[in-house]
Amino acid sequence: MKFTDTLRYASDAATGTPLRTGLLMLAMSIGVAAVVILTALGDGARRYVVGEFSAIGSNLVIVLPGRSETRGFNPANLITSTPRDLTVNDAIAILRLPGVARIAPILIATSEINAAGKLREAMLLGTSDEYIHVRQQKLALGRFLSKDDLGNGAAEVVLGAGIRREIFGLENPLGKTVRIGDRRLRVVGVLSEGGQGMGMTTDELLIVPISIAQAMLNTNTLFRILVEARSREQIGEVKASVLKLITQRHEGEEDVTVITQDAVLKTFDKILGVLTLGVAGIAAISLAVAGVLVMNVMLVSVAQRTAEIGLLKALGATSSAVRELFMAEAMLLSLSGGLLGLGLGYLGAALLRYLYPTFPAYPPLWAVLAGLGTSLASGLIFGVMPARRAAQLDPIEALSKR
Amino acid sequence: MSVESLIQLNSIERTFTLGDSKVHALRDVNLAILPGEYIAVMGPSGSGKSTLLNLIGLLDRADAGAYNLEGRDVTTLDQNELAKVRSERIGFIFQSFHLVPRLTAAANIELPLTLSGIPAAERNKRVVQALKEYGLTDRAQHRPNELSGGQRQRVAIARATVQRPAVLLADEPTGNLDRVTGEEVIRLLEALNAQGMTLIVVTHDPVLGARARRQIRMEDGSIVSDVTQAS
Repeated sequence: MKFTDTLRYASDAATGTPLRTGLLMLAMSIGVAAVVILTALGDGARRYVVGEFSAIGSNLVIVLPGRSETRGFNPANLITSTPRDLTVNDAIAILRLPGVARIAPILIATSEINAAGKLREAMLLGTSDEYIHVRQQKLALGRFLSKDDLGNGAAEVVLGAGIRREIFGLENPLGKTVRIGDRRLRVVGVLSEGGQGMGMTTDELLIVPISIAQAMLNTNTLFRILVEARSREQIGEVKASVLKLITQRHEGEEDVTVITQDAVLKTFDKILGVLTLGVAGIAAISLAVAGVLVMNVMLVSVAQRTAEIGLLKALGATSSAVRELFMAEAMLLSLSGGLLGLGLGYLGAALLRYLYPTFPAYPPLWAVLAGLGTSLASGLIFGVMPARRAAQLDPIEALSKR
Repeated sequence: MSVESLIQLNSIERTFTLGDSKVHALRDVNLAILPGEYIAVMGPSGSGKSTLLNLIGLLDRADAGAYNLEGRDVTTLDQNELAKVRSERIGFIFQSFHLVPRLTAAANIELPLTLSGIPAAERNKRVVQALKEYGLTDRAQHRPNELSGGQRQRVAIARATVQRPAVLLADEPTGNLDRVTGEEVIRLLEALNAQGMTLIVVTHDPVLGARARRQIRMEDGSIVSDVTQAS
C-alpha cells in the first residue's frame, strides 16, 4: 500500500468519527497549548527580569550595606554586631579607585510633593549628577541634576514623567518651584516616560541631589552605591577593590555586600530557566495523559472496526499494512492535536502579551519543539499497542463480528 | 490429480478447539476444482462449508493435507505471501456485504487496488470501468447506507472482481436479500462465471444450489456427495 493512500485511509477513518476525533484533538491540543503558554510565561518572566537588570546600566557593581553571606562564628561579631552604614565619604573614596568610571550614591524614601495646589505621594531618590549616565536613562525635558561634590547640592529636582503629568499637566514645569517635604526645590528636568529599573517605574520618581535628600531625611547613610567600571573586563577587579576599600574604611569589618550585575543576571537567568523547565515538565504531564487517551480511542476504534479489519485482510492487506493504517491514524490524531495546540498556545501567548504589554511572553523554540515532539511521541508509543492488536486479529473471527 | 486443476485439496483436516472439546470442522476432504466451474456447497449449519470456503480463500490453514492453487502449493506460504495471493487471485463475497460504511461505493471498490499499491490513475480507470459494468455509475459517490441491499451486494461483487481474480468465493450471497434482488445478484455471479471465472457459492438455499452445475453436499466435516449435472 502506498504511503499517501495509507495516510488518506487513516484520515478518512479519523474523520469518520468526528466527535471522538475532535475530543481527542482537544485533549492533545490542551496539553501542547499548556506547554507553549506556560513556557512562554516562564521564559517571559526570565526575559523580563534579565531586561530589568540590564536596564540598570552596563558594567555595574552595586554596593549595599550589610552582609548577605553566612560566615562561621567570629569574635569580632560580638563586638561590632551591627554593620556600619554606607556613607557619602565611602562613595567618594570608591570614585578614586582605579577602574571606576562613575559612581552614583542612592538614597530612597517616600515623600510628598506639593505644587500648583496639588499634593501627591512619590518616591524620593537622592543621588548625584552621574546617576543618569550610570543608569542610562533619558530626559524628556530640561537637564539632569547639576554637578556637585556630593556635599552641597543645589535646590533642584528632576521629575518622573508621571508626576509631571499629574501635577503640571501640559504646562511646562521647568523653572517652577515645588515643595517636597519641607524644602522648596526648582524643577530643572523631566525624565522620559516608561523608564524601568529595580522593579519600579521611573515615572513616579522625584530625583534630588543626595545632600538635599539626606538633609530632608536627617540621615547620613546611603541605600546603595552604584559603581560603573570602565569596561566589562574590569568588573571583577573593581568588585574586589571596592570590597577591600570599604572593609578598610570600616575598620577591618567586611560589612557590605558587593554584587555585580553580571552575577545577578546569571543567577536570575539560571533560576528562571530552571523554573521554566519545571513548568514545561508539569505541562508535559497533560501530554502523557493525552497519550493515554490516544491509546483508548485507538483501542475503541480497533474494537469497533473489527469487521473492517477482517475485510481488509480478506482483500489482501498484510498484517503490516493493517498495523501501518492504525499507526498512521494515531499519529495523525496526535499530530493534528499538537498543531492545534500550538496554534492555541501561540494565541494564548499573544493574548498575554496583549494584556501585559511589558511582559515578553514568547514561547521559547525548544519548548515548542518539545511540546510537538512529545505529542507525536505519545501518539507513536500509545498507538503501537492498538495497532498491533488490529494487525493480529484473526480475519475469520473478525469477519464474523457484527 | 490433473495438472489443469485450479484448486486441488488432498486429505485436508481442520480441527478447532472449543474449550475442552475438539471440533472436527473438516475430515479428510479431497476436492479438485477445474477453472471455470460453478459449484454450490450445501449442507446443514456446522457441516464445515464455511471452513472449507475460508480454507480455499486462504483465510484459514489446514492442520493436515495439501492445498494446491493454480498448481502452486500454498500450504507453505507465509502470511504476507498468502495476503498477496488473496489480493490477486481470490475474490470474497459475504452475506452481510462488509462494505466500509464511511467510504463511498467507488472508494469501496477501489479498496483492493489501493491495498495492493496500484497507482491512483490506474485505480481510477478500473473503478470507473467496474462501476459501469455493474450499473453503479450514478451511485458512485453514495455511501453504503444510501444504497439498497441489491446495490450494496453489487458494490461488493464489483470490489471482489476488480482485481480479476481466478476464483470468486460467495458465502450466502443472497442471505440478506429479498427473492427478486437475490435472483439479480445470482444472475450477475453466473454471468461472471460464464466469462470464465470460477464460482464457489456456499448456501442453505436448495433452489439456489440447484442452479449450480456441480453440487457438493457436506455433513459433519466431510463431503458426502459431489454431483456434476450434465449441461
